Amino acid sequence: MSPRPIAFTGARLVDPETGYDGPGALIASGGRIGEVTHEAGFDALSSDIRIVDAAGALLCPGLIDLRVKTGEPGSEPKETLKSAARAAAAGGVTSIVDQPDTDPTIDDPAVADFILRRARDIELVHVYPAGAATKGLKGVGMAEIGLMREAGCVYVTNADRPIADSRVMRRVLAYAGGLGVLVAHRPADPWLTDGACATESEFSGRLGLASEPVAAETIMIERDIALVALTGARLMVDQVSAAAPLESLARAKGRGLPIIATASINHLTFNELDIGDYRTFCKLIPPLRAEADRAALVEALASGLVDIVVSAHAPAPPEDKRLPYGEAAPGAIGLETLLPALLTLCHEGHVPLARLIHAVTLAPARAIGLSAGRLAAGAPADLALCDIHAPRLIDADALLSKSKNSPFDGRRLQGRVLMTLVDGRVVFEAG
Amino acid sequence: MTRPMAPGAPGADDVRARTFSFPHRHFLSAADLDPVLVGDLLDLADGFVALNRQQTKKLDLLKGRTLINLFFEASTRTQSSFELAGKRLGADVVNMSPRSSSIAKGETLVDTAVTLNAMQPDILVIRHGSSGAASLLAQKVSCCVVNAGDGAHEHPSQALLDTLSMRRAFGRVGGLTVAICGDVLHSRVARSNVALLTMLGAHVRVVGPPTLMPCDVGRWGVEVHHDLKVGIAGADVVMMLRLQLERMEGALIPSKREYFRLWGLDREKLALASPDARVMHPGPMNRGVEIDSDVADDLAVSLIQDQVEMGVAVRMAVLATLAARLDNR
Repeated sequence: MSPRPIAFTGARLVDPETGYDGPGALIASGGRIGEVTHEAGFDALSSDIRIVDAAGALLCPGLIDLRVKTGEPGSEPKETLKSAARAAAAGGVTSIVDQPDTDPTIDDPAVADFILRRARDIELVHVYPAGAATKGLKGVGMAEIGLMREAGCVYVTNADRPIADSRVMRRVLAYAGGLGVLVAHRPADPWLTDGACATESEFSGRLGLASEPVAAETIMIERDIALVALTGARLMVDQVSAAAPLESLARAKGRGLPIIATASINHLTFNELDIGDYRTFCKLIPPLRAEADRAALVEALASGLVDIVVSAHAPAPPEDKRLPYGEAAPGAIGLETLLPALLTLCHEGHVPLARLIHAVTLAPARAIGLSAGRLAAGAPADLALCDIHAPRLIDADALLSKSKNSPFDGRRLQGRVLMTLVDGRVVFEAG
Repeated sequence: MTRPMAPGAPGADDVRARTFSFPHRHFLSAADLDPVLVGDLLDLADGFVALNRQQTKKLDLLKGRTLINLFFEASTRTQSSFELAGKRLGADVVNMSPRSSSIAKGETLVDTAVTLNAMQPDILVIRHGSSGAASLLAQKVSCCVVNAGDGAHEHPSQALLDTLSMRRAFGRVGGLTVAICGDVLHSRVARSNVALLTMLGAHVRVVGPPTLMPCDVGRWGVEVHHDLKVGIAGADVVMMLRLQLERMEGALIPSKREYFRLWGLDREKLALASPDARVMHPGPMNRGVEIDSDVADDLAVSLIQDQVEMGVAVRMAVLATLAARLDNR
């Protein structure tokens, strides 16, 4: 049974496909976007349509988050697909891409199929698996990239474990590229980053933390760029985090190489000093960098050098975080805070709203070949309605993720998701 | 030259009269101290040095108090020094080590600390291999936490005892040139000493191979040298750090013999320091690696034995002032 049609009137529409940012109204019907107008409303609406007066709130395509970890299968106490999906819906995120570093690893079409079936049963947001690039993420043998694509994997990645062997990386790129499968790779030299838990700096030196230099990221980005030039395959740089690798990225894009890059909302928001007195919620992969790096990253997002923003949602329960810094698990949850944190960049005047929305809707949709991420008639009715000015004090305990490791805990942000639609169904509505 | 003290050995009342209340709940970092506080702590410790040289060394300043030593890393001198300090002040002292606790059974550090905390200790002395471990515990327990070394971060009581050794040897700390030599990168002793000595107005140099220097160490307010001969030239104090022998495996340095040749302290290199220079080492020493026995055992130049003696006195001063704070509440 298809859900009751909904008309949003008096909204501020932001359509990343056309670049439109202005008043408008929209009807979602039969799981698709029916009609879009730049008028405040529609002349006549049938009585079976639910009318939502947006009162100037932002109506944009639902967010598409290309980097989400859950704990299912294997670590359900951290997060299940269901709890992650509920968090996503509450955050205006309508599609999530599940990382393959589960237990068992998504390096096999059966595990991918399990994820997709679980997601269908949960019936909240779209969940797409990312397949492992190498078997068991070991970086040695290639995983069944073709079969995983057929099973529904939207890209392949080695998750948090970079592929050290350049020959393996070359072959993964060439093979996946030939099948038209996107490869994502985290740029980190495995030896320079071995054992590190902070960026190399005066600050981490004083704290006595094992650290990695930014060069670890630059070296790997440069290697991967050379391999893209060699193979012609598409590459998604998984979380660029500093100024120097952005320069490498700019040169590669200037040469017309098929490379796109993501940045995490954490690296756009925080810098290494947020670690403060060994705050393990700020222990991330890659580590938080200097303020100059964060500023360069924001600028790169504004200019389009960074294409996509991800939440890098990585749940970790207290027993994994309430440890000495070096021993604590890395990662932060982010599905529910992605949009308000992103809006900070707009409220502070660093990045225009339309550009921000593009980086979490159309850009990721295009990267993995989804038809969502647009406000056009016929596009999927995956939508987020958000009061972008509403003030919020983030309380990690009130977030829906099973794990509460949010570095935004106690922060004041602006932006409250009012309603989230997936295929025209209301999957979240603020009380 | 020793700083002036009350004539004769101090009695309990004398020391009690000089004991003051520590201004912080925990003793975590040399960076939390200030020059006046350090001076007061060292004066108090001087009193304890005299007391410790008497036949009857016991005072009842901590009577009825419980001190738990929670040492996750093996330690002889620091642990026994805190134990003696606690006992000489009349506290009940319990030593815990990972082998005899549930840490070996997978309990986390915080769980262990919370469990111990429930037994109502007054002071928890912790040593742990991870930077920030003491600060983490301080956030989770209600008793006083004393940092006895956390990873490569801080070892503040070591810096205090080093400072006391220097003050007794030279009569001052401000204006001294102190060369801290060796594996600064992994050294909590170096970090605490840099913080404390620069605060007190000493000229601090750090000396060692670039692979054993922290990032941007030049911004710590110290001079950085990679040549030991230049680094210790004219220095009043040459403080050698222990070289962890496993450092050879990570390609940080090539070999023991090359390290000793370039950065080890022997009589010949020591001749470049000030004629009255004193040699220090936090122990345990690798003889023939960072320091030659000839230098280490020469009581005319070596303060290494003094450091151990000062260790007990300084820890008594720290414990006594923390307890005084507890008494005042």
